[in-house]
Amino acid sequence: MNNSKSIRFQLNGQTISTVVENHINVIELLNQFQLKGARESCGQGLCGACTVLIDDLAVSGCLMPAVMLDGKSVETVESLSGLNESLHPIQQAFVDQGAFQCGFCTPGFIMMTKHLLDLNPNPTDEEIRDFFAGNLCRCGTYPEIIVAVKQAAQSLQQSSEL
Amino acid sequence: MITKQAEFGRSIPRIESKQKVSGTAEYMHHFTLPGMLYGKIFRSTITHGKIIGINTEAAQSYPGVVSVITGEDIKKIIPSPYYGPAFLDQPILALDKVHFIGEPVAVVVSNSPHIAEAACQLIEADYEELEAVYDEIEALTSSAIVHDELKPSGTFPDLKHLEGRKNTNIALDFHLRHGDSDDAFTKAKHVFEHAFTTQQGMHTPLEPMVSIAVPGDQSITLHSATQMPSFVRLEIARLLGWKENQVRVKSAHLGGGYGAKVYIKLEALVTAVALLLNKPIKISLTMEEQFYTICKHATTFKIKSGLDESGKIIARDCKVYWNGGAYADIGPRVAQKSGFTAAGPYDIDHVSIDSFEIYTNRPPAGAIRGFGIPQLVWAYESHTDMLAHELKMDPLEFRNKNILKNGAKQATGTVIEHMETELVLNTLAEKMDWGGTFDRGTGSIRKGRGIAIGFKASVSPTTSTAAITIHGDGSCLLAMSTVDMGQGSDTAMAQIAAQTLGISAEKIKVIRPDTDITPYDMGTLGSRSTFHMGNAVKLAAGDVLNKLQQMADKAGLDKNLAHAPEVILQKTYGMQAGTVVGFGSFKPNYAPTDLKTGASSNVTPFWMVGATGVEVDVDIETGHVKVNKMINVVDAGELVNPKIANTQISGAAVMQCGFTFSEEMLFDEGQLTNGSFADYKIQGIQDVNFPMENICVKSNHYGGPYGAKGIGESGTFGVSPAIANAIYDAVGVRITSLPITPEKVFQAIHMKNEG
Repeated sequence: MNNSKSIRFQLNGQTISTVVENHINVIELLNQFQLKGARESCGQGLCGACTVLIDDLAVSGCLMPAVMLDGKSVETVESLSGLNESLHPIQQAFVDQGAFQCGFCTPGFIMMTKHLLDLNPNPTDEEIRDFFAGNLCRCGTYPEIIVAVKQAAQSLQQSSEL
Repeated sequence: MITKQAEFGRSIPRIESKQKVSGTAEYMHHFTLPGMLYGKIFRSTITHGKIIGINTEAAQSYPGVVSVITGEDIKKIIPSPYYGPAFLDQPILALDKVHFIGEPVAVVVSNSPHIAEAACQLIEADYEELEAVYDEIEALTSSAIVHDELKPSGTFPDLKHLEGRKNTNIALDFHLRHGDSDDAFTKAKHVFEHAFTTQQGMHTPLEPMVSIAVPGDQSITLHSATQMPSFVRLEIARLLGWKENQVRVKSAHLGGGYGAKVYIKLEALVTAVALLLNKPIKISLTMEEQFYTICKHATTFKIKSGLDESGKIIARDCKVYWNGGAYADIGPRVAQKSGFTAAGPYDIDHVSIDSFEIYTNRPPAGAIRGFGIPQLVWAYESHTDMLAHELKMDPLEFRNKNILKNGAKQATGTVIEHMETELVLNTLAEKMDWGGTFDRGTGSIRKGRGIAIGFKASVSPTTSTAAITIHGDGSCLLAMSTVDMGQGSDTAMAQIAAQTLGISAEKIKVIRPDTDITPYDMGTLGSRSTFHMGNAVKLAAGDVLNKLQQMADKAGLDKNLAHAPEVILQKTYGMQAGTVVGFGSFKPNYAPTDLKTGASSNVTPFWMVGATGVEVDVDIETGHVKVNKMINVVDAGELVNPKIANTQISGAAVMQCGFTFSEEMLFDEGQLTNGSFADYKIQGIQDVNFPMENICVKSNHYGGPYGAKGIGESGTFGVSPAIANAIYDAVGVRITSLPITPEKVFQAIHMKNEG
């Protein structure tokens, strides 16, 4: 019985060729590459802490078998900036607005924000709430997150106008 | 180096912000070591029964399984493997009996977590089932007895009287007698009695509980998502019969705690398995398993008040029954230390409180944001509102008439100081425009508004210590065992240290808790850190300044000038060298409560106050309740960091909205039926679709560091009863059990219309 498969995919812009076991999910694979921003929490695709962008779509990494990444492109929070680089406007907005407490869900919210602002550069509060229906923050930092998303929208628009 | 800018009171972003938004913040969730093994817990499938046998053969022989360990195996390493902060009632793995569905019975160990999980399914346990009891009131008289004998920890004098008690499910009974309530009730003009209940819930931190144990040479290192590294060290050393310096406990950023990660959770289990196998071992729980580990107490609260003609409460009788589940954990302390506030923040001459921690065959209950206070406020503030309506008095006026003011005696006899109850209540009323006109709604949508106020005593007696190190270049390390689980303690403590040292907070490196390095702290819980650790940090910083001054004097530096630390060190050592360490230790005074009367002249170092006001829509056709506006007002003393303080209050209120509207652990004969986010609904962003305003009243706590005190729980206090009171205001029905579901509201409206 063959329990593993060779796959080739883009990970934050780099081409990766690797062999993955059939039973591991995307989050476990990312951990193998020392990418720890996307986290498995509820294990059911309901909390959004494991959100990554796959071919520009927000996906719950805990529900997706890693073998399905073959031929796809994955973006994680680590693609936005490293620790010693200047922050991406979305990350900066989360810092400025204090839009996290424990921080465990934060990379998921940030990747969802990126996805939202790609689709809708100037969302209303209602559109933000609607879009984040699948992301949970147990610390209850929702009011700050909404303000942060709006700040990010504004600064991304300003930088695209330059 | 001296900055003019005040560090205390500055809204700086959390000092770990960059790590958290870049996905690089370290959580134990990801901790791994070469050669590390993974454990998966096999759990009881019955509520109460004797263990006849555990067949582990199939699991043992499953390819890739290293070992299967049961309670009997644990005894080889730890002959008496029972732990708990108040009662030594909880075995590391079940021994002789199981007490609830979900109790750990065995552990499968493998180098793959998937293999461990698969093999776990192959274990079979045989039980002789025993009668079980689930309800806290039924447990008082049930023939089902959860524990054959009470086993209070010998170290607490106030629990000694419980030792050896048999044939009871009452783990602890706390009594308070203030004045003579029996007599006062006979003199009262009006007497009203009501009963309220709350549901069992769970903290659901998004980083599920996780611990790793690494055996060493006559030593063990634990890497654990714990709120209490110092306690874990003590308790593991006690279990092993080792010295504290043989046990090292490291914590990291916590992906949420809320009280779930206090005392011992997985630490004793990973320690025993690591020592049995002499290998590093990691056990990570799933979201579902967290529900079997620690919960929020379900409660029944019977409350009776006697009033005089003018509407003054002259007597109050409180009977509180806490459903503690199968193991005591810190539940008995919830029953006592929150129990003594059960009569509410009111000035009542005659108070009687009986608060009972009760064993049942449910998952254990312990500490969760508020430490029992939200359950108490739910009852006494619903009741207080009902009293006002019975007397046809305005709920605000009625509260103001009875409010507990500074200088008055709380029910324990402790004189209230620095608790701005009146100011909090009246600030809320003003912000709500309580005296103004209010649109009552039309048609099927009716509008109402409600207020509620609660208070809490900081848990006492507890100790915090901190150390501050200055390097040769003047840079600064802060070592403390307070755990930052999102509340912002690293930032707050850096600000307090910076204020004292006269440097900027961002320049201070805060060391993650590590019991080999960071000095003792009782634990990160009960909103105690800002006050206790804040004081310790301030003392440590003061100690640094004293030592630097002595060095400067000795080195012959000009006494009339301020000198930077690096200048003093350079002058002393002749190069960039040396170390200055300042130490601070803080333990407030405390007078223990009397066993019979609950009396104490000094029951707490500080009081917290929180009030909430809401405006709601109630749809009388569906029972749906929509919050339109929420205002939270708290007394948190002086604010270390106003921005983070605001987020703390609003986060606490959002969490309590969950316990108000949706969160409830549902059981079918002791079997939890909704242990996942698919069925157990915490608040999402769409649930928080109303404006929320958070206000801290002007207050200065004389004993706090720069006037600060705790804030993390105060936002929870008033939320649930304010909402129930608003629903009553809108549609005239009273909900007495949490959570407030549309079904309950609809049924209550229906019943009222039926007459």
